[in-house]
Amino acid sequence: MIEVKGVNKSFGDHHVLKEISTVFEPGQVNLIIGQSGSGKSVLAKCIVGLHEVDTGEILYDERNFTVMNRHQRKDVRKEIGMLFQGSALFDSLTVEENVMFPLSMFTTMSKEEMRERANFCLERVKLTNRNHLLPAECSGGMQKRIGIARAIAMNPKYLFCDEPNSGLDPKTSIVIDNLIRELTYEFNMTTIVITHDMNSVIEIGDHIIFIYEGNKWWEGTKEDILRTDNQEINDFVYAAQFMKQLKGKLGSH
Amino acid sequence: MKVIYNIGKYVMMLKYVFSRPEKFRIYRIRIFDEIEIIGLSSIPLVALMSVFMGAVITLQTAANMDSPLLPVETIGYITRQSTILEFSPTIISLILAGKIGSNIASEVGTMRVTEQIDALEIMGVNSLGYLVLPKVVAGLITFPIIVILSMALSILGGLFAAVQTGLCSQNDYVKGLRYYFYESDVAYGLIKPFFFAFIITTIASFYGYYTKGGALDVGRSSTKAVVYSSIGILLTNYFLTQIILT
Repeated sequence: MIEVKGVNKSFGDHHVLKEISTVFEPGQVNLIIGQSGSGKSVLAKCIVGLHEVDTGEILYDERNFTVMNRHQRKDVRKEIGMLFQGSALFDSLTVEENVMFPLSMFTTMSKEEMRERANFCLERVKLTNRNHLLPAECSGGMQKRIGIARAIAMNPKYLFCDEPNSGLDPKTSIVIDNLIRELTYEFNMTTIVITHDMNSVIEIGDHIIFIYEGNKWWEGTKEDILRTDNQEINDFVYAAQFMKQLKGKLGSH
Repeated sequence: MKVIYNIGKYVMMLKYVFSRPEKFRIYRIRIFDEIEIIGLSSIPLVALMSVFMGAVITLQTAANMDSPLLPVETIGYITRQSTILEFSPTIISLILAGKIGSNIASEVGTMRVTEQIDALEIMGVNSLGYLVLPKVVAGLITFPIIVILSMALSILGGLFAAVQTGLCSQNDYVKGLRYYFYESDVAYGLIKPFFFAFIITTIASFYGYYTKGGALDVGRSSTKAVVYSSIGILLTNYFLTQIILT
């Protein structure tokens, strides 16, 4: 479980996050949604410690991450897996080496054991016989799957996905969404997904928080978000024509 | 004010670069990789530069020796002194600041803007230690070797030019090379590359690591890395020369 308590973050005069508080439960896909520039990525970066919060607390299973020193944070970070927007695979390493990287840094596994674990993770994301390719030789969807395989290699308790569908076609997006959901349930991870993709909201959003101008504007489930009367959320959710049609159908029932 | 801020940030960076590595085995492999990138790949450029610069120093010396009282061996003597004292340690380091400095800054900068450094940090890896320390160690190992190679090739280039153009015989040139030869001059020439290797690898890594933005900013960081490491080399060269000569 990850708890966010009264988090504030500013960059100069720009107050990006304002008193954000929420709880991300394990075994659930938690979505942080909002428009571009609303502060959702900053919130995620504060949670994983890439940005320091100005005030407030981040608790990982009641361990206060905000007051930890670099070494204490290192221990928590070994329990975190993260899929980046651009996948952030290491260019000079092959697919297999990318997945093996965290294992080689932090475990005493033999090379054979690491390879076995990497193959398991790659099979889990449905990517076999690609071990010796370089990231540049893989498609965007494949890179995302490699990113997920690397993120789960250390068997993390917490999984972060920063816009996992950006740059992907709708079909591949659904594959990635389903993969995130399956892995979350299978390994009982606390998963946090930052997205503005409404398909993801409807597909995998067990718990959703909506960030608007740096505030936590709304919180609920995917069923709730389709029925809320909140104007800002409706402007965001029903921006697309097909979503407006969906709302019409929901309203007629 | 920004200069002081950057110096402070650079010193703080060094603290993390030299903190205890997570796994020595991984770092050892990385050091060998960097030796290849920083050292071995620079040899062709250094060899080419050294041979021709040695030849040009010889031709210029001969052309400017107007006095008939100066013995012809002076050509070998001046080529040796110019090469050992300044050309090989300093000018070659300035050239390497361009080649290696821009390479390091663009590599690390690209890793920054593509979130690869964030990925390392999230995994719990000390990204500065993992990325920069092997480059610094590889630089410290390879720079003195490159400079020795440059000294040898430059002197050989001078010999070739002298003999080919008939400015002096091989014997006169070699006699000049041995004229007033002090081993301390070579030591002086070999102390400098350690400092210059450190300056180039750390300053280039600094500008790469703290790149913000996109591809354009990686280019800017790369330029800054070359400019500031060149300034660093020139300043350090001045102070080192003063310290060693006094």
